[in-house]
Amino acid sequence: MSQAASAAIPSSPGAAARLMALVAIAAVVLAVALFAGPRYGLLLLIGLGFGLTLEGFRFGFTGPWRRMILERDASGLLAQLICIAIVASVAFPLLAANGAELKGAHAPIGVAMIGGAFVFGAAMQIVLGCGSGTLVNAGSGNAIGAVALPFFAIGSFAGAYHLTWWTNLGSLPVMVLSGGQGLAITLVGLAAVAGLALMLGKRGSHRLPARYWGAILALAGLAILHLIVAGQPWGVVYGLGLWVAKVVVAMGGDLSGSAFWSAPGNQAQVAASVLTDVTSLTDFGLIGGAALMAWWRAGLASPIGILPARAWVAVIIAGLVLGYSSRLAFGCNIGAFFSGIGTGSAHGWVWFIAAFAGSWVGVRLRPWLGLEARK
Amino acid sequence: MIRAHVTVAMLALLAGFIAFDAMAADPLNPYTAPPMLALGSGMAAAGAHCAAPPPK
Repeated sequence: MSQAASAAIPSSPGAAARLMALVAIAAVVLAVALFAGPRYGLLLLIGLGFGLTLEGFRFGFTGPWRRMILERDASGLLAQLICIAIVASVAFPLLAANGAELKGAHAPIGVAMIGGAFVFGAAMQIVLGCGSGTLVNAGSGNAIGAVALPFFAIGSFAGAYHLTWWTNLGSLPVMVLSGGQGLAITLVGLAAVAGLALMLGKRGSHRLPARYWGAILALAGLAILHLIVAGQPWGVVYGLGLWVAKVVVAMGGDLSGSAFWSAPGNQAQVAASVLTDVTSLTDFGLIGGAALMAWWRAGLASPIGILPARAWVAVIIAGLVLGYSSRLAFGCNIGAFFSGIGTGSAHGWVWFIAAFAGSWVGVRLRPWLGLEARK
Repeated sequence: MIRAHVTVAMLALLAGFIAFDAMAADPLNPYTAPPMLALGSGMAAAGAHCAAPPPK
């Protein structure tokens, strides 16, 4: 670290700096609410909450799966399942009673969906970040996350561009668990996975650290609020692809060759302000919230680790693959696993199995790609 | 290089993209914005989501 950098970034921000940061964030949220609409301001605030929660409680989706695979530590996976169960317990009745206003993260199971989830699971272990994880990592100063993010966005755009071709390879109709019976099946399924994880996990995995409980309650509360405000569950990857679509169109690109991007709804979203897109706003919030939390607890002064060139090439390729595969899979850990299962989509369960299998491969690829020492 | 440099670069990139979009996209109109809460609005959810099946 250079002396100039050390002087510019105090180890811990003072009270005045913290107050100014909060005032600045409140001003940004208020400006979005005033100029775009109150719903959009609130969604940005919810996104900031997601970022603060994930970075603040050091909670995520990739790390717990890695620890389950390598160390048989099931606690993080257990926390994810409890969080999804809480969300489902509220979301199912809300969706059943307000089907005209609210919608779930419901997608078809298909050949490309399963393959996409498997590849996504492998790639997320290579960069140690899923959809939300890459955004949080980038915001909190992780260079791997920051390098992967633009390529994730490019991959997401390309995956959506070709999505219809991939789904034509073979897809089942959308299958949804709904109502009281659907919720009961979902909760039993989550309990069964939790039981299996505890059975395979090392002793003591059932004892969740306090920070996991904080993350569970905050994430579940924010996810339910997101459904009530946006009318749809939390998602990540659509927004990333949209950003690239906007750049392509601004540079004179033609999206009429893509059934996805030329669909009226997506054309309208490409033309509209990014501040009116649900997933873009929560994505911005994830980055901003993670940055704020990292700065708040003086976590931005640590040096960036040095990696070999082949590791950076692997990060770029993994970023592209993450984006492309998440569109084929109809979501990442958030859109498919967390929100899919939480709102009754059968594809969420299949996604989980395929992505976990992919993660098993990805964990073993990291040392070979120069991203960690070989044992 | 420290983590703060990455965070500052990321936030600057984000701000730059939002500024670029403000110039390229349709202007904002808060008077046509949907109600604050979708629940109870009487309007169908219209936002895009990564789980939405592609158009036929």
